[in-house]
Amino acid sequence: MVAEAIIKTVDLNCSFGSTAAMSDLNLEIYKNEILGIIGPANSGKTTFLRALNRLNYLNTSYSQAGDIFFENRNIKQIPDSLLRKKIGIIFALPQVLPVSIFNNVAYGPKVHGITKKNTVREIVENALKKAYLWDEIKDRLDTPATRLSGGQQQRLCIARTLAVGPDVILYDEPCSGLDPISTAKVEDTMRELKKDYTQILVTNNTKQAARVTERCGFFLMGELVEIDETETLFTNPKDKRTDDYITGRFG
Amino acid sequence: MNAAKIREKVAFAVLGLITLLVVIPIMLTILYVVKNGAGAISWEFLTQSPRNGMKEGGIFPAIIGTIILIIGTMLCSLPLGILSAIYLVEYAKDNFFTRLIKLSVVNLSGIPSIVYGLFGFTLFVMLLRCGTSILAGSLTLAIMSLPVIITAAKEALESVPFSFREISLSLGASKWQTVRYCVLPYAIPGILTGTVLSLSRAAGETAPILFTVAAFYLPRLPRSIFDQVMALPYHLYVISTQVPNMPAKLSFATGLVLIALVFLMNLVSIILRAHYRKKKQW
Repeated sequence: MVAEAIIKTVDLNCSFGSTAAMSDLNLEIYKNEILGIIGPANSGKTTFLRALNRLNYLNTSYSQAGDIFFENRNIKQIPDSLLRKKIGIIFALPQVLPVSIFNNVAYGPKVHGITKKNTVREIVENALKKAYLWDEIKDRLDTPATRLSGGQQQRLCIARTLAVGPDVILYDEPCSGLDPISTAKVEDTMRELKKDYTQILVTNNTKQAARVTERCGFFLMGELVEIDETETLFTNPKDKRTDDYITGRFG
Repeated sequence: MNAAKIREKVAFAVLGLITLLVVIPIMLTILYVVKNGAGAISWEFLTQSPRNGMKEGGIFPAIIGTIILIIGTMLCSLPLGILSAIYLVEYAKDNFFTRLIKLSVVNLSGIPSIVYGLFGFTLFVMLLRCGTSILAGSLTLAIMSLPVIITAAKEALESVPFSFREISLSLGASKWQTVRYCVLPYAIPGILTGTVLSLSRAAGETAPILFTVAAFYLPRLPRSIFDQVMALPYHLYVISTQVPNMPAKLSFATGLVLIALVFLMNLVSIILRAHYRKKKQW
């Protein structure tokens, strides 16, 4: 696959206090792909994801060495607010703000200075449509977002991220709290978003990675063990540890 | 009934009894004040100035004085208190200096009010030449209320889930936008509670206003913030100890008005809190 790398990490090392969470990661993420990251707990998947939009720095004990490039620019030189606008994230548990459905989605555009009511309305509607939530909630945009089901809340979170106009969407185990039907809807949404966005999916669920992703990486104890086309990784892994993990011998 | 159930019953009974022990004296005090003072409350008492060596007439200037002092205290302490709490919770790095400030705030709330009174007298009345005035009194009461307001606001801010901040920041909002839109609105009920508690305490304090604002006898309303005023707690102290042959019912009536004023403030805060709590959904 000859594709353009949108994100590139060079010798990335992350640690919290004296605990290393990620060592010497060199990875390229291509435009418009869905990259899966699998691995057991504490393997550095989430740390990797949150390093990309500098959310790790919310933890004061965090430190990082090495570089991350987004569209060939070192992210150190990109202001946080712009970087996070371009690289959005969906958290593990659906986390909605305790305001209306509309205001959840409108929050992003508003903090980025879009104040015209009609424009905000348009952005919100588009984002909800892209997240396949519009038809279910278009009549009750003013009800509290907390009244939605878990699956709807997670798609609302996707819409909220889409509303600020990102290029990359990070998913941190987005379906860990969802039932199979909601999970299927979120996965459908991801497939539909593929044409416009680059997506990275961190998941504990190897089957989900097999279903949704095109390329997949296996993390173990802060190390990228192997990365390959998803089909190859799952049918013919090169490293024995990968084989052990996906066949369920550990993890 | 088995032993565990019996033990539970006994424990509940003891806890209930202890609660009663705490509540009963307060109820008795209020009842006693009402019984002795209610008879003296009249329209005249509430709206006229004291006359005839304060043995007749009303307490109107003292009521107005106390209300002015509460408002003045609020204006000074509320913005300062909330802003410092925001700084301490959201911005300050966790280092020795920050911990020192937090420790001082906690300790300051335990300082006797007369010390605040002396401090206010030295700083505002003498050094800053405010004179004995509403300004000096309000500032002194504000300094006394600050530790409680800061502590309450700090706790209210800390109780807002971290995920709200994370969501906001992950969407590219700035730190201040995050605090302004995703933290502060949900902390307001807690902040209000703490503020009203500390303002009610300020309303009833005598010591801090003794040297800074309170007038012994001033049967007119203040014209500016550099005037002195009468205030209910000090007036109560004066008529109870300094005026011979004072009818006791006037003292009790004054006390009753002070209690009613504080109760009214608490009522307002309860209503506001209920209003905000309706919006809370997590």
